[in-house]
Amino acid sequence: MFKYIVKRILMLIPVLLGVSIIVFLIMRVFSPDPAPIVLGQHATIEDANAWRAANGLDKPLYIQFVDFLKGALTGDLGTSYYTKTPVTQEIFSRFPATIELALAAIILASVFGIFIGIISAVKKNSIIDHAGMLLALVGVSMPIFWLGILLIILFAGVWHILPSGGRIDPLLQPVVSSGFYIYDTIVSGDTEALADALRHLILPAAALGMYSMAIITRMTRSSMLETMSQDYIRTARAKGISENRVVTHHALRNAMIPVTTVIGLQLGSLLGGAVLTETVFSWPGIGNYTVECILKSDFPVVQGVVLLIAFIFVLINLVVDIVYALIDPRIKFSKKEG
Amino acid sequence: MSMQHAELPKSEFPEQTADLLEKPESRLKEMWESLCEDKAALTGLFVILFLVLVALFGPLIMPYDPNLSNMTKSFIWPNSEHWFGTDQLGRDIFSRVIAGTRISLTVGLSAVAISLTIGVVLGSIAGYRGGKVDTVIMRFMDMMLAIPSILLAIAFMAALGKGLDKAVIAIGFVSIPEYARIVRGCILSVKENDYVQAARVIGNKSSRIIFKHILPNVLSSIVVRATLGISTAVLDTAALGFLGLGVQPPAAEWGDMLGRARGFVFTAPYTLIFPGIAITLTVLAFNLLGDGLRDALDPKLRKN
Amino acid sequence: MLLEVNHLQTEFQLKHGTVKAVNDISFSIEKGEILAIVGESGSGKSVTSLSVMGLVQNPGKVVGGEILFKGEDLLKKSKAEMQAIRGDQISMIFQEPMTSLNPVYRIKDQIMESIMTHMKLSKKEAWERAVHMLEVVGIPSPRERAMDYPHQMSGGMRQRVMIAMALSCRPELLIADEPTTALDVTIQAQILDLLYHMREKFNMAVLLITHDLGVVSEAADRVIVMYCGQIVEEADVRSLFANPMHPYTLGLLKSIPRLEDESDGPLYMIKGMVPNPLKMPAGCPFSDRCDRCMERCRREAPALKEIDGHKVRCFLYDSETEEAQV
Repeated sequence: MFKYIVKRILMLIPVLLGVSIIVFLIMRVFSPDPAPIVLGQHATIEDANAWRAANGLDKPLYIQFVDFLKGALTGDLGTSYYTKTPVTQEIFSRFPATIELALAAIILASVFGIFIGIISAVKKNSIIDHAGMLLALVGVSMPIFWLGILLIILFAGVWHILPSGGRIDPLLQPVVSSGFYIYDTIVSGDTEALADALRHLILPAAALGMYSMAIITRMTRSSMLETMSQDYIRTARAKGISENRVVTHHALRNAMIPVTTVIGLQLGSLLGGAVLTETVFSWPGIGNYTVECILKSDFPVVQGVVLLIAFIFVLINLVVDIVYALIDPRIKFSKKEG
Repeated sequence: MSMQHAELPKSEFPEQTADLLEKPESRLKEMWESLCEDKAALTGLFVILFLVLVALFGPLIMPYDPNLSNMTKSFIWPNSEHWFGTDQLGRDIFSRVIAGTRISLTVGLSAVAISLTIGVVLGSIAGYRGGKVDTVIMRFMDMMLAIPSILLAIAFMAALGKGLDKAVIAIGFVSIPEYARIVRGCILSVKENDYVQAARVIGNKSSRIIFKHILPNVLSSIVVRATLGISTAVLDTAALGFLGLGVQPPAAEWGDMLGRARGFVFTAPYTLIFPGIAITLTVLAFNLLGDGLRDALDPKLRKN
Repeated sequence: MLLEVNHLQTEFQLKHGTVKAVNDISFSIEKGEILAIVGESGSGKSVTSLSVMGLVQNPGKVVGGEILFKGEDLLKKSKAEMQAIRGDQISMIFQEPMTSLNPVYRIKDQIMESIMTHMKLSKKEAWERAVHMLEVVGIPSPRERAMDYPHQMSGGMRQRVMIAMALSCRPELLIADEPTTALDVTIQAQILDLLYHMREKFNMAVLLITHDLGVVSEAADRVIVMYCGQIVEEADVRSLFANPMHPYTLGLLKSIPRLEDESDGPLYMIKGMVPNPLKMPAGCPFSDRCDRCMERCRREAPALKEIDGHKVRCFLYDSETEEAQV
């Protein structure tokens, strides 16, 4: 098991290297020259040249790339063209907001997705099943940002019960600051701030989680149906245990194995979806910021963000595989024997 | 099987033989037949046909010029004259939604065509050749999959600049890995089949074997993936448009319309309703059809 | 009489029609008896056993008859009452030992679950009983193997575990649905031996479902031959093998290869296939495949008739046709 994990971690290195190459190619080779965008229309050619030299853009591409890699290995992802602050600092000041949003979304998606999926499978072809499947279908078909807009129109515009954007009322900003407001407000015992942070979190999390919920619902349902038709379910029934126990004890544990994978993969793809959700809800996270930086050609930041997200993404995949091995005894032991 | 323990004659034997001889064309036909029994999939198909008609004959049914702004008529709530109302520049939203149909379908189809073509070629090479070629291609695909596709598409757009043609390339490019993976997987499983082995023994050339024997078999899986892929492409197009990376103004693209009307979410919410419905309906239709095709393809599900 | 099944009918409502998987079947099992039901796949033998267990799944349904277990009709029992009987008084083992055990739980958990569902035992007592049962069914070092997951065991071992689990509450009736089909020949014999031995030890009756006449000759006391949801012949095992009456049974016996058979000719095969259950022939269901089919067989369906304790469903033994035949 340990060997397997080490091997998998080593395999991450070429993937991340490849990702850096792809990002570097897109941002430095195919993109237009950032100088006029950063310096504005009225900059002189001398200004532009000086700026390029200052940012290392006058060197040959491969040297730029090597510099970038060297920096990345030492935790230095360069500085923003605009703010002149280190990219890592820019990223980490915004990252907790995105993580908090993504976690809230995946929790909502998993809880509702698994619940609806199980009910749909157990009551196959009932009205509940059809309604659940329709919801799942609409969930995968709605653009995240439009769902966000609809939620804002309804909850903020029509009913005035939830805020339309932001993370928290500025007056309630938590004193303790890890950047995770839910955690911060709980630690500082400020229930009013906690309630406000939750009120701000609910709509974006729902909008972001809807797609994942739909996917998890479908996966849970089909996995449950598949499991319920297995021989060992018949054996369990033949033992005389109650149908409830057959479902919760024998079917669910087996059915959850593929669902776990899907949840993990969804957590990764949520990071992509966060770009849109954060834009709609003015959520001060990494996604919102990335779009901004792409639009104004702040390459070092974009490179850093994409690399970081790719890193998290492959890391999640690794964790999913390990969790998979933990809940499915067949994998763990076949590794040992083999 | 033991000598003294006789098995009863197996009645399913003739069917198994038939299965082995089954031709790919008959599988597509079977897929079509079972699709015709699937109400949801048929609904999807009809909606798609409807959308295609709207896209083709849109200019004939639009009551107004979708791009003509008229500030004196801005923000008119939906009424009998302007069914979906007018936007911030006084343009008729109904006409713009119709005009957007053509853009979305074109971008969706072209993007899928790009990813499909490149993906099938890469996947075929990887699956058929195996070895180092396979490793290199598939590792590259893994790297692309490690970046959330919407982020990758946004980065592409930033590099390429605005415009529909660029959106097509960006969206098409980011989903290449999915097709490559499917094709490779199918080829690996089909490769060992008897009739392909037989073709190889007879001495057919590799390219011939791929195109004549393997691809037709892979076709059904690809048709499913491509149908679902169109819905993803339509969603991605809308997302790029929403972020202001899609079409050049004043072209009417659903996502772009939503993005530009965002500021009026409380004053003129209707401007944000109809383009969204159009996107959802289109995506839903392709999802319905794609799901139906997939169920039709999967014999295990078919039996239920 | 331990189990008495009268006029059992089980149907499957399919999209294209109703399949009468079990079509008016009656039989009985005495305490300690081994009754074999033989037939091809699709003959209704497995559905019969599932009907007794109350485990027929949708779209199947028992639509008629009665299943008397120790005099009480199982079809009239509530869900909870059936759960209390299943795994306790009536147990079942299945064809596929490889897939019949839950892959994510240890052997001990699966056996103890059975025990603790039906017996008022502490966890420790249940564990001891589980280990004891594994020992009884001949699993070496049972304490260690109890901690295994199913995939760590061979097919034969898993079937032993299934038997241990099924017998853990001392059932009076064990239904064994093709218990040896998926196993190697040598293991088959061991498992049959074990069943035979267990029957003696616990004085339980066994309903043995199989398609293998070899298994029947080795293990059974009495045999029922099923074809298309009906009983076509019923006799004690000696008389069935000595004097098979139904042409179907004859065909089955003739298709067994024998060592003493000197002829070099190809092995006998019953012609044709089991008819599509939705398109049954008008008369006798076997008429299309029968070597001795008469004109009458295509018109009418024969009834089950008893001749000297040997039951058969065929017009060859009908008084009306007897003269015409000879």
